[in-house]
Amino acid sequence: MSKRIDVKDLNVYYGNFLAVEGVNINIEAKSVTAFIGPSGCGKSTFLRTLNRMHEVIPGAYAKGEVLLDGADIYGAGVDPVTVRSNIGMVFQRPNPFPTMSIRDNVLAGVKLNNKRISKGEADALVEKSLQGANLWNEVKDRLDKPGSGLSGGQQQRLCIARAIAVEPAVLLMDEPCSALDPISTLAVEDLINELKDSYTVVIVTHNMQQAARVSDKTAFFNIAGTGKPGKLIEFAETSTIFNNPSQKATEDYVSGRFG
Amino acid sequence: MTGSSASGRAGDKVFSGTAMGAGILILLVLFGVAAFLVVQAFPALVAKPADIQGGAGFWAYIAPIVIGTLIAAAIALVIATPVAIGVALFISHYAPRRLASGLGYVIDLLAAIPSVVYGAWGAAFLAPAIAPGYAWLAANLGWIPIFAGPASATGKAILTAAIVLAVMILPIITSLSREIFLQTPKLHEEAALALGATRWEMVRMAVLPFGRPGIISAVMLGLGRALGETMAVALVLSSGALTASLIQSGNQTIAAEIALNFPEASGVQVNTLIAAGLVLFVITLAVNMVARWIITKHKEFSGAN
Repeated sequence: MSKRIDVKDLNVYYGNFLAVEGVNINIEAKSVTAFIGPSGCGKSTFLRTLNRMHEVIPGAYAKGEVLLDGADIYGAGVDPVTVRSNIGMVFQRPNPFPTMSIRDNVLAGVKLNNKRISKGEADALVEKSLQGANLWNEVKDRLDKPGSGLSGGQQQRLCIARAIAVEPAVLLMDEPCSALDPISTLAVEDLINELKDSYTVVIVTHNMQQAARVSDKTAFFNIAGTGKPGKLIEFAETSTIFNNPSQKATEDYVSGRFG
Repeated sequence: MTGSSASGRAGDKVFSGTAMGAGILILLVLFGVAAFLVVQAFPALVAKPADIQGGAGFWAYIAPIVIGTLIAAAIALVIATPVAIGVALFISHYAPRRLASGLGYVIDLLAAIPSVVYGAWGAAFLAPAIAPGYAWLAANLGWIPIFAGPASATGKAILTAAIVLAVMILPIITSLSREIFLQTPKLHEEAALALGATRWEMVRMAVLPFGRPGIISAVMLGLGRALGETMAVALVLSSGALTASLIQSGNQTIAAEIALNFPEASGVQVNTLIAAGLVLFVITLAVNMVARWIITKHKEFSGAN
């Protein structure tokens, strides 16, 4: 089910402003890839081009190719809605739908795809997704309560359950732990490790230790200065990036000399 | 240091005093109005039935116009609410930004038109224009009681009044709903979009549930205006006895009844009209309380927590 992503010469624009320039990257299926870099370097922007979410902002667009198992998601006639239902996303701050119960939150994406599923199938899917997000045991007795009543870490895992309920090919995570306490962060990191058995996971993080802990490969993005476009500086095995980077900027960043 | 904190504390006291005073003042005014209505209405409630207009007692007098008021307001809401929510959604989530602000401005202007102008428009333009439509309804759908003939030849029926009311309450419902829709957290909109929602599905998953309490409040404010609107109804409606048909002349609303009869009223008839006002007051109060109850009933899922 999980798919690889190949990006060729991708430029991302906000109106006339070139935000990210010339990215080439190959992301393997069933792996965890981390994007690191200083604030404003375009790593979140780039992540959002991988499921065409950046287009939500008026005037934003991308040029280049993003191949999902060989199929260009920016190809002519490709509907961004289809792309997004194929590539799930988890955001910086947990965002369960406040008006829905825990159960309905998990099923939200499935119901969108106009699949009529029986109550039994829905129950099974809710349990499977919540199990998959390591949340089942904590919420199984209150599935009809609002999702907003959970703790921050639980809400984030609920959002992960909601994303994996539709069985996407890829799971994008935009700083998923930055609003969470250390214990919840640990729970989400454990979960990421399990998720890579079935999904291609791409995670943006500000926390370099987190990148080192969870990812197989790491991409370092940097920006030359304010108003300049962000660029992919180096992409390699995580251990290489942290122990033996080939670029000076990467070494300076991972050793804490800036950023 | 001490000086600034002392003056700060004095400022706190002044502010809390003013705020409390304003709050109490509102309660006093409300209580004053209620007391005036009750005291003045009392003679009508205990008067001999023969002394009341129509000669059958106060309740027989008030019941038809209460029903007329509710019918006119209900039709106005049924027409205005979907249109207003649609326009508000268009402005907040569909229209290009420049068109959206222009359109929002025009909608706000609609609210600035005096009700007497709406009334004149309804009586002089809408009623004659719509009369042939009523004739057609009476001829073809006359078997449905609400379209029973003979249709009003002038078009001055309760349905015309309700349409005018709908246009009048449209701006208030639209602009309040638009404000609410614009406040939908980006986070929830993106959550829906990232799941593969189309724009309409995103509206249904994130915008409308978030805006629900606000929509209810907006509709209730619109209802309040429709119930109390006087001038437009008085000008548009050719009033008469209560009838089920919406396209015959007839029916009357409380506010228009008071306005039309008050200048020439004397004696117990004044009390009767004030009692009618009291009934209108109670209806509006009840509507607002029901609205509040609906909103609080869903608090757990409102997103406020």
